[in-house]
Amino acid sequence: MSDTFTLDGREIPFEPGQTIMQAALAAGVYIPRLCYHPEFKPHGSCKLCTVKVNGRHTASCTYKAAPGLQVESNTEELNTERRTLVQMLFVEGNHFCPSCEKSGDCQLQATAYELGMMSPHFDHFFPDRPVDASHPDLLLEFNRCILCSLCVRASRDVDRKNVFALAGRGIHSHLIVNAASGRLADTNVALEDKAVQVCPVGVILKKRRGFAVPIGQRTYDAAPISGHVQGSASLTEE
Amino acid sequence: MDVVEKKKLKVATTSLAGCFGCHMSFLDIDERLFELVQRVEFDRSPLTDIKEVGPCDIGIIEGGLCNAENVHVLKEFRRQCKVLIAMGACAVNGGLPAQRNHLPLTDILSEVYLSSPGLGNGLIPNDPELPLPLNQVHPIHEVVKVDVFIPGCPPSGDAIWKVLTDLLSGQDPRLGHGLIHYD
Repeated sequence: MSDTFTLDGREIPFEPGQTIMQAALAAGVYIPRLCYHPEFKPHGSCKLCTVKVNGRHTASCTYKAAPGLQVESNTEELNTERRTLVQMLFVEGNHFCPSCEKSGDCQLQATAYELGMMSPHFDHFFPDRPVDASHPDLLLEFNRCILCSLCVRASRDVDRKNVFALAGRGIHSHLIVNAASGRLADTNVALEDKAVQVCPVGVILKKRRGFAVPIGQRTYDAAPISGHVQGSASLTEE
Repeated sequence: MDVVEKKKLKVATTSLAGCFGCHMSFLDIDERLFELVQRVEFDRSPLTDIKEVGPCDIGIIEGGLCNAENVHVLKEFRRQCKVLIAMGACAVNGGLPAQRNHLPLTDILSEVYLSSPGLGNGLIPNDPELPLPLNQVHPIHEVVKVDVFIPGCPPSGDAIWKVLTDLLSGQDPRLGHGLIHYD
């Protein structure tokens, strides 16, 4: 018999070494997240998956499950904090969903829907982030980058190419391309690279692929993002 | 016994830096418009052609702020309306017009009016009747307090109807999966 901890009043079994996030996913419980991806080492940076463990805030993607932990996740307090984080991501970049090819397939957008984000709330930064269209088959749309570092991890750990990196600190953090010119065309990135597939938002896009799947038939049109975790209820379901 | 007729709520609508697409979507509530006019009457709106907004219960704003007149109209709406609704992507986050925000306004004006191909003797319009453009396009919540947001480009007729009927029945408006959309 495996050990268990308590998540929102429910007993969750876990295997030794699993994080709270991994155990929750295996048990069919959705915890909002943007920088966590089951295939990669956790980064713990987006803070969307923050839960309360025995009353203290911590990222559930990096916190190891342990017997008897009391974990809160789907609470008004935590979901309000998550909504605020998502609102800050929206105003820091330029996120214009109507003109984004990723709309309907975008995890940032789907997470904001799940959290009931009706407005950006804060004043917009409207940053100036020129796109990199140098590559013949790929577009880099920096306006939508949320610094999840999934492309960085995929390129480093799976593709073994180190095409992407995060540079700068704090509000100056930004995605860069590992080439002397700084241009994607001057790297060995390839269409089939994991780094190209893994972007949760609309930064790394294949050129000439517009509207291959019509609006209304995309990933999060049929079911909200919580519904993509097998067995999970939505955050707002009573 | 006399039946006391319920007082109708007053609703005003306008389009600022928008494309009137949200107003078209508003008309997409179709035959429910009949039900709506049983319960509300329209003040300033493209539907009535009234030019100045009077005291209202609900004000609905489509579009963001791209010039001085937009700001003036928005402030009038805020002054006159008890509940102010931002309807659609442009009112909520600036939308498509805000995609000019990383370009200097002078560059835009000179490209549009002076250096575009096919323009002879172009002039940047400077009639004093024209409202001055703002340096950047802003969503309306950056200038006035907004009570209710309906995202979408445009929000569907069903989403607009849900918000209005929630409001009319005294509930906090809520859009669930399928009705909440940013595109």
